[in-house]
Amino acid sequence: MKYTLVAWMRDKPGVLNRVSGMMRRRNFNIDSLQVGRSETEGISRMTFVVDGNDRMVDQVIKQLRKVVDITRVEDITHRPSVVRELALIRVAVTADNRSEIVQIVNIYRGEIVDVSLESMVVQIVGSEDRVDGLIGLLENFGILEMVRTGRVALVRGTVNRRLTNTTAVWKASANGQYSEAGRQTTGGV
Amino acid sequence: MSESAEKKPAQSPLDPGEPRRMTGAQMVWEAMVHEGVDTVFGHPGGAILPAYDALSAYEDDGRIHHVLVRHEQCAAHMADGYARSTGRVGVCIATSGPAATNLITGLATAQMDSVPMVAITGQVPTDLLGTDAFQESDVVGATQPVCKHNYLVTDVRELPLILKEAFYIAREGRPGVVLVDICKDVQNATGEFRYDMEIDLPGFEPYPVMDADAVAQAADLINRSERPLVLAGHGIQLGGVSKELLEMVERAELPVVTTLLGTGNIPESHPLSLGMGGMHGEAFANRAIQNCDVLIAMGMRFDDRITGRLDRFARQAKIIHFELDKAEVGKNVVPDVPVIGDLAETLPALLPQIEERRHQLWLQELKEWREDTTQTDIINFEVDELIPPYVIRQLWHSTKDTKEGAIVVTDVGQHQMWESQYYIHDHAGQLLTSGGLGTMGYALPAAIGAQMANPDRLVWAVAGDGGFQMTLQELAVLKQERDLPVKIAIINNGFLGMVRQWQQIFYDRRYTGTPVWSPDYVKLAEAYQIPALIVTRPDQVPAAFEQANNTPGPFLIDFRVREEVNVYPMVAPGKAVDEGIRRPKPVVVQGYSGVAPSW
Repeated sequence: MKYTLVAWMRDKPGVLNRVSGMMRRRNFNIDSLQVGRSETEGISRMTFVVDGNDRMVDQVIKQLRKVVDITRVEDITHRPSVVRELALIRVAVTADNRSEIVQIVNIYRGEIVDVSLESMVVQIVGSEDRVDGLIGLLENFGILEMVRTGRVALVRGTVNRRLTNTTAVWKASANGQYSEAGRQTTGGV
Repeated sequence: MSESAEKKPAQSPLDPGEPRRMTGAQMVWEAMVHEGVDTVFGHPGGAILPAYDALSAYEDDGRIHHVLVRHEQCAAHMADGYARSTGRVGVCIATSGPAATNLITGLATAQMDSVPMVAITGQVPTDLLGTDAFQESDVVGATQPVCKHNYLVTDVRELPLILKEAFYIAREGRPGVVLVDICKDVQNATGEFRYDMEIDLPGFEPYPVMDADAVAQAADLINRSERPLVLAGHGIQLGGVSKELLEMVERAELPVVTTLLGTGNIPESHPLSLGMGGMHGEAFANRAIQNCDVLIAMGMRFDDRITGRLDRFARQAKIIHFELDKAEVGKNVVPDVPVIGDLAETLPALLPQIEERRHQLWLQELKEWREDTTQTDIINFEVDELIPPYVIRQLWHSTKDTKEGAIVVTDVGQHQMWESQYYIHDHAGQLLTSGGLGTMGYALPAAIGAQMANPDRLVWAVAGDGGFQMTLQELAVLKQERDLPVKIAIINNGFLGMVRQWQQIFYDRRYTGTPVWSPDYVKLAEAYQIPALIVTRPDQVPAAFEQANNTPGPFLIDFRVREEVNVYPMVAPGKAVDEGIRRPKPVVVQGYSGVAPSW
């Protein structure tokens, strides 16, 4: 089964390498990985698609949380979300089949973003299935070149944008300002 | 960690909040002074020269002592021995390129066994980064898989906070290794140093919040169990809770099996101790695992060496897993009751909920199994030849009355398993060994680190002839550090013994690549000006140990033991832990005065 995970991470040098290295080292299979800026400055947002089972994904999440630069990880596989991919496809055209291709692209609610005599560039944004479907049809005409992003996703509805309480607790205890029962804080001098 | 109060640095000489201007090189040492570091292990070189130059001022006034190693791998092992024997962060330092890559084995060893360590490496100047400059290597890239975290420092303004974070991350939560790679120009640059800045690591969760319900659920299961068993790992020592563990197991009469790194969690001479379990654990310990109804796993990670075949591991048991690192819960074994949290917190919370209980039937059963094992145990026969179990047991006899117990540091292989079987560890943390990574060559350098940290304790390094030859160049350190009194026992059987044992059992006795030629260790020791002895007969053993223990400074004993002796019991890979090869039955052999076991 495929799982969609979202991770937020500090925008530090090498953080992508830390994540991909950990995934490789622990023998986890990444189907796709998409990274970009998030709404918070200094925090990047990564969307993963991971192939596996519940137990493996539980491990992936826990191991991701151990990467020091990762601030938060969520599994949104079973939550209602808006999931999109984008593809740019350069397809070979002739005078005879140009209008047929345009029709197909329109049915798929894609866009023609560049036209030349021998080819067109088609853009499609949508679910993985829809992108796959269009690509499957366009293959009949000859795909010359293609680029495709991985999955990006946002959970539908209102999201509780908490930076968890516990984060504040760790931060305070790291600086010697917080003491839980029985625990001496360290780190401050 | 419960001793964290002690671990706080001693009175800092300067106010951490007072900003001072200094070079990056000085900042490295200033941070260490603030962290309470008194000893570092390292080797200088081009890219770390500015830091070494700045070190001289700290060495002169005795604030930091530098131990010069003969190979950088051993700098990490020494820092490892220092850290394991004290619970403090060990520090090693090396230059760029080959020095940094040499460190990696030592870092991986420490990281696998949750040892707190900070490694400092020099790096080529920032303007040369990525140009394949002389002695350049991608240290951060290369060490990432074996570190808890690591940093490349390209700006002196970031250095103080990075150093503070490095110690914090290495020490807190499940301990581990943090490497700081500092470009040479950063060491030379001048910046402002203070040490009272806030650590802001929102992604670092060292101590997950304890779930009191889970603790109560665990207590309930324990209280209702008829055949309970504690499986205690390294986490007991890291959490500093061996006293609490003993109190709990005595109150509820819970027998205890330990992992290799959990050795000594409760005194091994205690009637409730079943010793180590797993691949070379005693058969009765493994039977206990397979037949218990509640398995209380504490601070351990269900390594394949303890579980054997996973789908047949402790099938009758409800499993409770006390663990600090969430990722270890459910990784290999899915527990019925996971109790996530620091044992320093969860065990004291559990303790008052544990009822006074007796498990007479269960203990009687265990006792019978144990007696059954004793009948074939080689140690109970008089053997004319020098055999390793006897040597180890005599080592115990000669050191058992030492205050706090001797620190025994083992290498990796047969002797390591015999040590864990035949030395009776009555103190937590008495045994230092590379359990996870299984690094040959660990014993001597780690023993040096442990001795540097504990100048008044007796430290024994026990190594095979194979492993000892991997790091024997560190004998020079014993002399350079003014006759550091590390005692060395070489269990010399002329083979890479454990590999030979596998070849004997699984590869039809084809001993490919396992016979080992050794130098004359007595002459070798002589070259290093270290007193040494050869022991070839059982009757020479007690006197040899006595002489070593009573000789000030280092001492080396070369035990020429019988070649083909196997470590039993043994659970072959892929077998369940109760399907092990038991000790062979003893037979009468011509030429022996007593009964000799069959080998």
